[in-house]
Amino acid sequence: MLLYILKRLFVAFLVAVTVSIVTFSLVRSAGDPAVAIAGPDAAQEDVERIRVQYGLDRPIIIQYGEWAGKAIRGDFGYSRFLNTEVSKVVLDRLPVTLTLGALSISFALLLAIPLGVLAACYPNTILDRIALTISVVGQALPSFWFALILMVFFGVHWSLFPVSGSSTMLHFVLPSIALGYYASPAIMRLTRAGMLEVLASDYIRTARAKGLLQGSILFKHALRNAVIPVVSVAAVQLGFMFGGSIVIETIFSLNGLGQLAWQSIHRADLDTMQAVILINAAMYIIATLAADILNAALDPRIRVN
Amino acid sequence: MSTLLTIEDLSVDLPVPAGVLRAVRGISIEVSRGEMLAIVGESGCGKSLTSLAIMGLLPKGATRLAAKLDFAGIDLAVIPDRKMADIRGERIGMIFQEPMTALNPCFTVGSQLEEVLVRHRGASRKQARDRAIELLEIVGITPAAQRLSQFPHQLSGGLRQRVMIAMALMCEPELLICDEPTTALDVTVQSEILSLINRLRRDLNMAVILITHDLGVVARAADRLAVMYAGQIVESGTVRDVFATPLHPYTQGLLACIPVPGRTAPGERLGSIPGVVPSIIGEARGCSFRNRCSLAFPACGEADIPSMPASHGGDFRCLLDERDLAHRVAAVGGSH
Ligand SMILES: Nc1ncnc2c1ncn2[C@@H]1O[C@H](COP(=O)(O)OP(=O)(O)OP(=O)(O)O)[C@@H](O)[C@H]1O
Ligand SMILES: [Mg+2]
Repeated sequence: MLLYILKRLFVAFLVAVTVSIVTFSLVRSAGDPAVAIAGPDAAQEDVERIRVQYGLDRPIIIQYGEWAGKAIRGDFGYSRFLNTEVSKVVLDRLPVTLTLGALSISFALLLAIPLGVLAACYPNTILDRIALTISVVGQALPSFWFALILMVFFGVHWSLFPVSGSSTMLHFVLPSIALGYYASPAIMRLTRAGMLEVLASDYIRTARAKGLLQGSILFKHALRNAVIPVVSVAAVQLGFMFGGSIVIETIFSLNGLGQLAWQSIHRADLDTMQAVILINAAMYIIATLAADILNAALDPRIRVN
Repeated sequence: MSTLLTIEDLSVDLPVPAGVLRAVRGISIEVSRGEMLAIVGESGCGKSLTSLAIMGLLPKGATRLAAKLDFAGIDLAVIPDRKMADIRGERIGMIFQEPMTALNPCFTVGSQLEEVLVRHRGASRKQARDRAIELLEIVGITPAAQRLSQFPHQLSGGLRQRVMIAMALMCEPELLICDEPTTALDVTVQSEILSLINRLRRDLNMAVILITHDLGVVARAADRLAVMYAGQIVESGTVRDVFATPLHPYTQGLLACIPVPGRTAPGERLGSIPGVVPSIIGEARGCSFRNRCSLAFPACGEADIPSMPASHGGDFRCLLDERDLAHRVAAVGGSH
């Protein structure tokens, strides 16, 4: 098990390095950093002077080496637009996004797994239809629209939850529902399909032949097997969520990574952009790594050989 | 010996795309305590559905109909599923054909064994564990304590089937149903598993219903035999009687397919029955074996064939006279 985790960590590290190289070269080739720093109206000499001053005339490999050396020590450069170190800004925004992501995936799982189990227990019945409808609606509704509906009813009309900002946990309720609902259909359908397959399996027949009660059959023997594929998909979704949702963060005025990404792209704030993309990738890698470890914990065929 | 299980006129219907499959059609069996009843018959004749019908584990959509389904004085036909679950695993155990897939891959052997005792006896973890070790030793798995923490994928097919047997025996059931327990295993492992089941039956005075294709196994282990064909029992009786004087042409054909010491000469060609078992969809009249039967005559297709008592105490389902049928075996046997 330990060896397995170490192996996965090593692979994760390689992926992170690759992503950082790719984003570094993409960001540099997307626009001239010297021009971005000097401003659009700067004279050609000024641009050249800045290029030399910031070391942007050196080969890109050297530039990357310098950037990576600093990044490893937690120095992601300086944002001239926000007038602070990039690492500070990112650390400032990260908790909001992490909270939103964790709550959203929890909401998605809490909604989708019971629905999926229910649908699988009563396939092709009215219950199954209702579960399917809920999930199709989740997939079909644009997330900004669903967010606005939540806002109008639960925020404005009934005044149950605050609709803007991130000062209390209550502020996260509506955005988490909006973001989580969007993630739930895939989980729900995967749970349903997994449960249907597992419930028809020989070992569930064995469990019944042992006289086990329905609850133990469904939630211990069947669900344990059926959630294994769900874990991977939920991890991918969580990885996306941890990268920050531009739409949801903007609608609910949450100052998270999504907004930061949007702003930095908008202002060609290269150091910030680079850091946000890297954080994005890192979150994604961490989430899938966590999923692999969780899957190994759930499935002894991965863990023990 | 007192009667443990009485089944009268059990039928199982299954909805299939082509109509209603009459998979089991009016079978009656009786099993006494400590007795081993073998059910034999070709693939698809309804053996598994019969055992699942007893367990109350028929697939969704199947309908079960029985004039009597009595287990130790309990009417299984009307018992609610929650009560049936109390009987399953506690008083009736079952092992299945496929040991490779019959155990849950996510849980240790120990936890799958222990939960039976926890469920039915409210045993503590410790008691359940001790019992699990005891049973693994009984079924010949050593070192038992170490095996408890292993997962099914770490065990061979033979070991898994032993685990299944141990699991079915956790509560010392009065009846054990074995649905082709050895079909998926190596020949050597097969005979080990069968002698194990047979030994345990004697030790625990447990009734066993053994479903099998293997008449050699029947000859060695079973007390009585029921031969199934297309959802019906076409012949039943003690193993000794049926083997000595098979009456139904199908039983005669089956027995001609296996080598019998003393009757079959070395190097002799064994028989085979041409054709396949029909699936009975919707109503069907007459003997379902008549298309493959060399003795069939027009009356065979006209009405349902009643089950006739044989002089040795068994039953057979054929229009022909018992003496003529018995004579035929003697003649066939004598021609070699
Ligand atoms: N779930 C099901 N749905 C539809 N048909 C089924 C189902 N289970 C069994 N059958 C059909 O019912 C008939 C009897 O099946 P059963 O499994 O009892 O046969 P069997 O005698 O146990 O055969 P085998 O020796 O191959 O195990 C077969 O024709 C089979 O195709
Ligand atoms: Mg079968």
